[in-house]
Amino acid sequence: MRVPLSWLREYVDLPATETGRDVQAKLISAGLEVETVEQLGDGLKGPLVVGQVLTIEELEGFKKPIRFCTVDVGTANGTGEPQEIVCGARNFAVGDKVVVVLPGAELPGGFAISARKTYGKTSHGMICSSDELGMGDDGTKGIIVLPPETEVGKDAIELLELVDEVLDIAVTANRGDCLSIRGVARETAIAYGLPLRDPALLDVPGPNAYGYPVQVSEPYGCDRFTARTVGGLSPEARSPIWLKRRLQKVGMRPISLAVDITNYVMMELGQPLHAYDRKLVQGTIGVRRAAEGEQIVTLDGVTRKLHAEDLVITDDRGPIGLAGVMGGANTEIADHEEGEGTTDVVVEAAHFDAVSIARTARRHKLSSEASRRFERGVDPAAAAAAAQRTVDLLVLLAGGTADAGVTEIAAPSAPHTIAVPADHPDKVAGVDYGREIVVRRLQQVGCDVYGQDELIVTVPSWRPDLTEVNDLAEEVIRLEGYENLPSTLPKPPSGRGLTHRQRLHRRVGRALAGAGYVEAPNYPFIGEQVFDQLLLEADDPARRVVKLTNPLNDEEPALRTTLLPGLLGALRRNDGRGSHDLALFETGLVFLPREEQKVAAALPVDRRPTDEEIADLNAALPEQPRHVAAVLAGAREQAGWWGKGRPADYADAIEAARAVAREAGVELLVRGGQYGPWHPGRCAELVVVADGAEKVVGHAGELHPRVVKAFGLPVRTCAMELDLDALEAVGDDTPQAPGISTFPVATQDVALVVDKFVPHADVEAALREGAGELLEGIRLFDVYENAEQLGDGKKSLAYALRFRSADRTLTVDEASAARDAAVALAGERTGAVLRG
Amino acid sequence: MRDEALAAFAAADSLDALQEAKVAHTGGTSPLALANREIGALPPHAKAAAGKLVGQARGAVNKALAGRQAELEAERDARVLVEESVDVTLPYDRVPAGARHPLTTLSERIEDVFVAMGYEVAEGPQVEAEWFNFDALNIGPDHPARGEADTFFVQGPEGGTESGVVLRTHTSPVQIRSLLSRELPVYVICPGVVYRTDELDATHTPVFRQVELLAVDEGLTMADLKGTMDHMVQALFGEGMKTRLRPNFFPFTEPSAEMDMVCYVCRGESVGNPDRPCRTCSSEGWIELGGCGMVNPKVLTACGVDPEKYSGFAFGFGIERMLMFRHNVEDMRDMVEGDVRFTRPFGMEI
Repeated sequence: MRVPLSWLREYVDLPATETGRDVQAKLISAGLEVETVEQLGDGLKGPLVVGQVLTIEELEGFKKPIRFCTVDVGTANGTGEPQEIVCGARNFAVGDKVVVVLPGAELPGGFAISARKTYGKTSHGMICSSDELGMGDDGTKGIIVLPPETEVGKDAIELLELVDEVLDIAVTANRGDCLSIRGVARETAIAYGLPLRDPALLDVPGPNAYGYPVQVSEPYGCDRFTARTVGGLSPEARSPIWLKRRLQKVGMRPISLAVDITNYVMMELGQPLHAYDRKLVQGTIGVRRAAEGEQIVTLDGVTRKLHAEDLVITDDRGPIGLAGVMGGANTEIADHEEGEGTTDVVVEAAHFDAVSIARTARRHKLSSEASRRFERGVDPAAAAAAAQRTVDLLVLLAGGTADAGVTEIAAPSAPHTIAVPADHPDKVAGVDYGREIVVRRLQQVGCDVYGQDELIVTVPSWRPDLTEVNDLAEEVIRLEGYENLPSTLPKPPSGRGLTHRQRLHRRVGRALAGAGYVEAPNYPFIGEQVFDQLLLEADDPARRVVKLTNPLNDEEPALRTTLLPGLLGALRRNDGRGSHDLALFETGLVFLPREEQKVAAALPVDRRPTDEEIADLNAALPEQPRHVAAVLAGAREQAGWWGKGRPADYADAIEAARAVAREAGVELLVRGGQYGPWHPGRCAELVVVADGAEKVVGHAGELHPRVVKAFGLPVRTCAMELDLDALEAVGDDTPQAPGISTFPVATQDVALVVDKFVPHADVEAALREGAGELLEGIRLFDVYENAEQLGDGKKSLAYALRFRSADRTLTVDEASAARDAAVALAGERTGAVLRG
Repeated sequence: MRDEALAAFAAADSLDALQEAKVAHTGGTSPLALANREIGALPPHAKAAAGKLVGQARGAVNKALAGRQAELEAERDARVLVEESVDVTLPYDRVPAGARHPLTTLSERIEDVFVAMGYEVAEGPQVEAEWFNFDALNIGPDHPARGEADTFFVQGPEGGTESGVVLRTHTSPVQIRSLLSRELPVYVICPGVVYRTDELDATHTPVFRQVELLAVDEGLTMADLKGTMDHMVQALFGEGMKTRLRPNFFPFTEPSAEMDMVCYVCRGESVGNPDRPCRTCSSEGWIELGGCGMVNPKVLTACGVDPEKYSGFAFGFGIERMLMFRHNVEDMRDMVEGDVRFTRPFGMEI
């Protein structure tokens, strides 16, 4: 809401020295978000005067039409002689009154005016457009042509009210009353402790039987409807300068006198109004719900198919307006400047149900000045005054005659009262205001207050947002000043610290960052074509996605089921920006639709939902497990003065997964696997054992060359992804201390020859089992392939075995026996042969 | 004998030469050893004097030997260790350091402030039922705020438009989940990712992070809210920091307020002082933090909490903005693009 300070001053006698910024500070403190104070005419300096065009000479031979004019500016130029001015605009004629800026003046933006040579003539000043004067849109896009009665030589700065301050207020959804000068003036008056001259306090004739016939058949949607009629509007009447200027200052475009007046009164009082061309309305005006399938062409020229819940204004033919939102084209006021104009009008000032208007506005994607106000609450008691004010202005400015008939239909209603303990605001604030202050503040906002310890508060008609005791507390506290609240600390009970899961998430991040990975969180939006790029099978469950109805990007309407697309995108972006040795990770949610998708119910809010209801809501949500993923490319170890570098490879990706598993206290089984995005020969399947059953929790390794190509990644990019929640579920939070033997260790090395495709893990498992309980540790220290020495398709695995007893020094024979048992079992299980 | 030995030790110019001299003058065939052996053959009255003499000589010789040994070793050490010296300025970026994202670590930093006060960290789903995200927070189906929330909606069954499910637009639904699942009193901090349909630009991102605080207990007041917030900004920005409340409107709090903190850079001294402009607060002296207020009794009712007995306060803010002003991030896009050059300097904690 834009509020000119000059308009505000009409209703509140602010001290003359008070600036827009002063008022801004007061209103912010009282709770109105005054975002800016616009300084209109800042830097504007006269002489800026009214002139009358005497002659126009068209100058030829230039790229655009140019006029050389003489303009009578009276004695404003000191000589009384006509002022010679060159002008490029064409929307004026000889005899027109225009605004002339004379040499020596300065226009907003530091634009100094002086006599200057242009187009072969000397221009002594300028004929001004509204843009040049910083006036806002007047709809002409040319220079300003003033009404013919305007006096030549008059100061235009004053005439056009060019110097003013405009407060721009972001009105919150609860304060519909402040979408009017009246409402902001009331807040200003309270903030300054000054009386308010309420512009809605008008003498209004009571309703009578000979007003325009109106039939409200939907009193729930429309609890008040006032209709007034004015006839004999003068075809010559135009909106006066002051009216246009005020509309411009609040950000509206002047259109025609009757429309301008209804807009003006809406801005002044907050009551949306509509004026119908009486000659175009046929019969009784009605208010009802639309019939399904009915249509209306609204003032914006759009044909709208109506919904059975839409509230419409009708005449005998059908809908003539979308109630509270926008009028219909079939009864539109016609401007006299464009042919035969409207001479008789019906003025509507009605009050519509906020919810109904909100739904209609949303349904038709049509938010208007009227609907914004009805949605947020309009003072129903101001409707009659607003109609009267409109009638008065039509009479005053358009030369109309007010008909005596007054139609007023009002559903019976009682003012809203709230019972509130007098000390409730004190309890909410933590401040002892006392009853006296509470009552005074509530009265200031317009409440009637009775009672002692328990107050009975009747809220004013313009504050429909005041419905609960805390609403009243807020009024008291804000007017007493939020800035005066003390600062105290509550004493929460002792907390239990972070949960196991929360600590794990932090640990995983630290472990990966400690291993050189950089965290790169990504948006979860994906397109389904990404699954083809990832080479997922057609029936891969990861292809089932949660989709959005209104994605930002139509190419990415779904939510991720894997972290890889986002992370690979970040890898590619970094690579493209010149960082080629990369290790990135992300932990985040993936979104997996349930087998059976349900609609989440709209539960009531007047009670706690039952446990079953909560469970049903949760069952309507997708599963949202937390995953962790890492990707690598380029060098894992840089080359340098210490020697060669080492490219990132599948083993790094697997080690990243192991690092995560270590943090989770999980023993991760790593075995060869094949899955979509990974190189089929360089992919590890990552498995945990939960309740005796194996569960695949992720994959790691080098990416498939086709995936690398499809995503535009560096060659041999590697990746791993794990279901972190699944790891957490089986993790051991309390590792047990091993017994530490101080007897000496006995080491034995063995080299075993096996078939090339026998996994080390199988050999090691057999060695472990075969070695028995004397085995303290085992480590693979060499892998060796040589067809000449080992034979085709063979490899040698060299292990260091460490034996130790808890209660004695082992003899060489004991250690050798354990080693032999280990080798024997490995031979039995994997065909391993001790290398000679 | 003694003097010969001392001269030989002094003349030895290397450890090897000293070793030779040692053998020659203290070894089994050295004159001193021989002399020592011969003492046994002396008459008893002469033994004592001769023993003393030889003993003194041996003592002097051994001392000289040890001294020279130490000298020569020191010389050798000085020489060899100098030869072994290296260039300690060489880089060792064999595996460049990793880092956690500053939004993650800033969120944790904030969590820790409250965990230290006794709060617990609560979490909830990002794809959320509308009832949790709106209705229970007093944002009914027709509430103007619901239309203004720039919400991503999830498709319903068979691709229909009605699902009752959205991407949560704030972390406030975690308030509801906490009140429904925890025993009173409830003191929780709820960090998390939230979504709004804003296009990514220098100051907006459709996916961002909020931190939400909720306290519900008997007798909580707005003064408690302010004190808690004052404590938070002091913990995060240093002693002497404070907050200010400005009235505002949110459906889920009543009364509601916008919260500002004193600009931690200029501490308000840039206000009206054109010579010392402050970029951080645009010379306003205050930095907008987020929205807060007393939990609307309707919200308590929807969670089965008796508003006659309990009251509460809540506070929520986006941490992207805090990261921007706390760490001089100039463009929101830097936080979402995953560029390692942006993230690395933030290390493990901020």
